[in-house]
Amino acid sequence: MSVTVRVPAQLRTLTGGEAQVAVEGSTVGEVLKGLEAAHPGFGDRLFDESGSLRRFVNVFLADEDVRFLDGLDTLVTDGQTLSIVPAVAGG
Amino acid sequence: MDFVTGLRCRECARPYPAEALHVCDYCFGPLEVAYDYEALRSSVTRQQIAAGPHTIWRYAPLLPVSDPEPIDLGTGWTPLVRADRLAAELGLGELWIKNDTANPTGSFKDRVVSVALTKARQLGFKVAACASTGNLANSVAAHAARAGMVSVVFIPRDLEVAKIVTTAVYGGHVVAVEGTYDDVNRLCAELTSELPSWAFVNVNVRTYYAEGSKTLAFEVAEQLGWEAPDHVIVPVGSGSQLTKIAKGFAELHAVGLLDEEPHVRVSGAQAVGCSPVATAFAEGTDAIRPVKPHTIAKSLAIGNPADGWYALETVRRSGGAFAAVTDDEILDGIRLLARTEGIFAETAGGVTIATLAKLAAAGVVRRDERVVAYVTGHGLKTVEALVDTAGPTATIAPTLEAFHEAVAIDATVQGGPAPRGTVAGGPASGSPVPGGRS
Repeated sequence: MSVTVRVPAQLRTLTGGEAQVAVEGSTVGEVLKGLEAAHPGFGDRLFDESGSLRRFVNVFLADEDVRFLDGLDTLVTDGQTLSIVPAVAGG
Repeated sequence: MDFVTGLRCRECARPYPAEALHVCDYCFGPLEVAYDYEALRSSVTRQQIAAGPHTIWRYAPLLPVSDPEPIDLGTGWTPLVRADRLAAELGLGELWIKNDTANPTGSFKDRVVSVALTKARQLGFKVAACASTGNLANSVAAHAARAGMVSVVFIPRDLEVAKIVTTAVYGGHVVAVEGTYDDVNRLCAELTSELPSWAFVNVNVRTYYAEGSKTLAFEVAEQLGWEAPDHVIVPVGSGSQLTKIAKGFAELHAVGLLDEEPHVRVSGAQAVGCSPVATAFAEGTDAIRPVKPHTIAKSLAIGNPADGWYALETVRRSGGAFAAVTDDEILDGIRLLARTEGIFAETAGGVTIATLAKLAAAGVVRRDERVVAYVTGHGLKTVEALVDTAGPTATIAPTLEAFHEAVAIDATVQGGPAPRGTVAGGPASGSPVPGGRS
């Protein structure tokens, strides 16, 4: 499966300034691993020592928070968009 | 001058310059403003503050931006009112209400927006934007209008009518998004990457924005004669306000404005229909699971609270608690506050009062404590929540007979001056109203 990954401004130094990149994988976790393979540095930024997503990293598949899906095990389909978004809030 | 030394990641402590940055490039942790507390200690005095304006800007040295003419609608220095009648109903002792409904656009958001947009203007921004559950939209649109900035606010489509009208009237762009606040928030977070020339007050200038909430602590301490309360009750949406109130009390001591180190118990209030932080507290876990909100307290309907973890940590460390209340309890809370103290709060205020009642009944909030409950938004913003239950108590023909038949008020509570022309020592009033429950 080829997935479009939307990269936030803070991480575009890792993609040579690209706002989105295409990555292969069959689950959200695989796509993020593929992102690290293609653009080294993402792994450290996104995951803590235990391999979980860092507390302030949000990942959305087709605009749905993957924590409402199956997390890193969520299956992806060809052509979907995965967004990496830093946590922010307000009201 | 200001006393800001820069920004610092709250998670990994990496330093950053005081620019429009909100997230650590490395770990995505939120950035915080760092101050030179030593310099503040030798420069800020109670007298100097007392001589300042009756707005949040009297605390300018403790805010992250210095400007002789801040973007200000007259925000802050709102009433701290002793609430004896409410205290009696709840079995409490010294209870105060911080009535932040009295701000220019009717909520505490004026505090954070005044700070955020003053800093944004200084950084050269001309567009003020935000993701909002309503109160923030009101405030951003109003402050942008006053400053001559363009405003673009993003709100969930199903917001209360009043909050939409009271935003749109200022003439900026109001974008209603088909989705929840969390959808709006995610969209704005992504837009921030695409539109770096816009100041999203709660995204890329959030670091400064959040600091405005410290003034809720500063004012309470000053209004109590430079003493901290024992226990505060704070509504929790994103968790930012609660965290910053705790920080505010600590800072006052750090800079020498409070003589004694404050030990303020901080308790958080959420609605059952959106209680990810209260749930984590009850379960004794650090993991805050996001939820899909469903509550009448729309200004607190943030299912994925960015500062939730910090709010949880603050409450636990302070010896406070969390409680969550149902929609019916929220409405009861609004009516209880209105009936006992004459203050009309929005649904989030109902959450605060209902939580206060619940924690008082459980013995968590104690009678021997000096308690402050933060009521942070005006009831006129969410009248829809009450239209089915608050209406005329009688509808009558315009005749004396109809009045006497319909309206029964206990004669023993009527009082009033003696009618003119009565003989001294005579009856203080006429006969009781027919049908009175005496």
